[in-house]
Amino acid sequence: MKSVIAVLTVVAAIVLFWYVACVPMNIKGVLTEAQRAGAVVQPAEAADRRGMSSFALVAGNSFAIPATWAQERPRLPAPHQVAVELWDTTVNKKITSKRSLVYHGWVTLSATLLGFAIGTGLGILLAVGIVHSRVMDMSVMPWAIVSQTIPIIALAPMIIVVLYSIGVQGIIPKAVISAYLSFFPVVVGMVKGLRAPDSMQLDLLKTYSASTSQGFWKLRLPSSMPYLFASLKIGIAASLVGAIVGELPTGAVAGLGARLLAGSYYGQTVQIWSALFAAAILAAALVALLGLIERLVLKRMGVSA
Amino acid sequence: MVMVVIAVLVWCGGWWLNSRLANSPASKTRAVQLLVPAVFGVTVLVVWELLVRGLEVSLVILPAPSVIAERFASSLPILWEDFAQTILKGALGGYVIGCGAAFLTAILVDRSDFLRRGLLPVGNFVAALPIVGTAPILVMWFGFDWQSKAAVVVVMVFFPVLVNTVAGLRETSAMQRDLMETYAASYWQGFFKLRLPAAMPFIFNGLKIATTLALIGAIVAEFFGSPTVGMGFRISTSVGQLALDMVWAEIVVAALAGSLFYGLVALIEKTVTFWHPSQRG
Repeated sequence: MKSVIAVLTVVAAIVLFWYVACVPMNIKGVLTEAQRAGAVVQPAEAADRRGMSSFALVAGNSFAIPATWAQERPRLPAPHQVAVELWDTTVNKKITSKRSLVYHGWVTLSATLLGFAIGTGLGILLAVGIVHSRVMDMSVMPWAIVSQTIPIIALAPMIIVVLYSIGVQGIIPKAVISAYLSFFPVVVGMVKGLRAPDSMQLDLLKTYSASTSQGFWKLRLPSSMPYLFASLKIGIAASLVGAIVGELPTGAVAGLGARLLAGSYYGQTVQIWSALFAAAILAAALVALLGLIERLVLKRMGVSA
Repeated sequence: MVMVVIAVLVWCGGWWLNSRLANSPASKTRAVQLLVPAVFGVTVLVVWELLVRGLEVSLVILPAPSVIAERFASSLPILWEDFAQTILKGALGGYVIGCGAAFLTAILVDRSDFLRRGLLPVGNFVAALPIVGTAPILVMWFGFDWQSKAAVVVVMVFFPVLVNTVAGLRETSAMQRDLMETYAASYWQGFFKLRLPAAMPFIFNGLKIATTLALIGAIVAEFFGSPTVGMGFRISTSVGQLALDMVWAEIVVAALAGSLFYGLVALIEKTVTFWHPSQRG
């Protein structure tokens, strides 16, 4: 209960700070508009205003403060503007509409999920190979670890164009990017998990004369679950970033990344912010869903309390 | 066709060599542990080269490693300029500011129990979000040059470092803190002599995660607008011109920069936290 109050306080403080920040961020644009509409502003010359700090402008023109929260294309939209835009583009639009965020969110989500499934599947397979083969362990594992330190997302534009030139387009290129971004975290986490049983437990199975596959299914796989879910949560977040970035270089027309790009081309800041929040909500929902599955699985296995 | 056959043979040969090395009695030595991945890497490069030449794969799909190496060597000045713009100015500048700000915030948060309860869940939540998405907004605010890239990096590295540092500062046990109290240590004495050293492994964990994030942020932010220099800019324009050898050369630079940056932080960690069990051989 105490934590809930603390979290709410922090969130309220952030929202309050956001509202306050809107005033100096937007004041110049607001004053220009107000002057065009015939209001008297201090100082009257646009050239004079350019050199002044935003805070001095706010102090001289306090009548303009409410307008900074209601601009059409503000530098920083106020929280309620973003919320209204989110509500309008999700609930008030048909989901087949090109302006519906649900539609764009689904385009990105489907690529994310497909890529995530491919990436995790391959990652788990490779991890199983690494744990059972010394050669693979020694040759592949160092590279898998090194690959974590390099920004492989730089490959994204190239993958899109190369796949396009051999005739593959649509959801697949984005899914490929999502897949390789979620692949390496899963490999590294799963190898750690499959190695989690200590030598006592492995020896016990040996005294039962269990085969390697029995040892895998009955001991290694169950004990790897906590590690697997930890890396799945990292992997799904990475997949979503991959799908969004995958939409940037081709000038895609649908998807959250396309909304971000279109918004930045046309200066539609409210649209950028609402796409950003949609992506954040999507990421949070996916991670929360995995957390829920983790709880159910671990509970069924009797691992967690 | 001959090249493809040779490629298969090279692959089998490399695998055979590695399995001999890995299963030999010397496999525990450091030299072999470095040699095996090196052999694997070289095998992959040779097979790649042979397959691309043997199957006559077009340059716009996959250039051979030798072509990439040639391009890398011949465009060193451009690559260096891009490296300086994106890594040295954008990523490193943002990294220092972001990690510094996160560290100072962590100390503030640590002093107040209420703040810690409130800020940690929010920080954990934000750390999982696709923060690269803020790039178009920050590019709009701070212009096309490296300042906006540094701003994206600041936002990206802030929360992982904050969460890790706060977790680290709570790492000391009540016994240890009581001991400091019996010495009549002030808050700052206790902080510098006990809690900060104890937090170091956690802080470095955050700093290491942040190195990769910094490079990602700096490169992706350039896709939203940049001056006519920078790694993200070069990658997106070269892709447009189908100059894939240049793209791969930039990726080599990114990989080298990423590993070096990470290695550097890991090296500092080793000297700072030499006492920690994970660092003792």
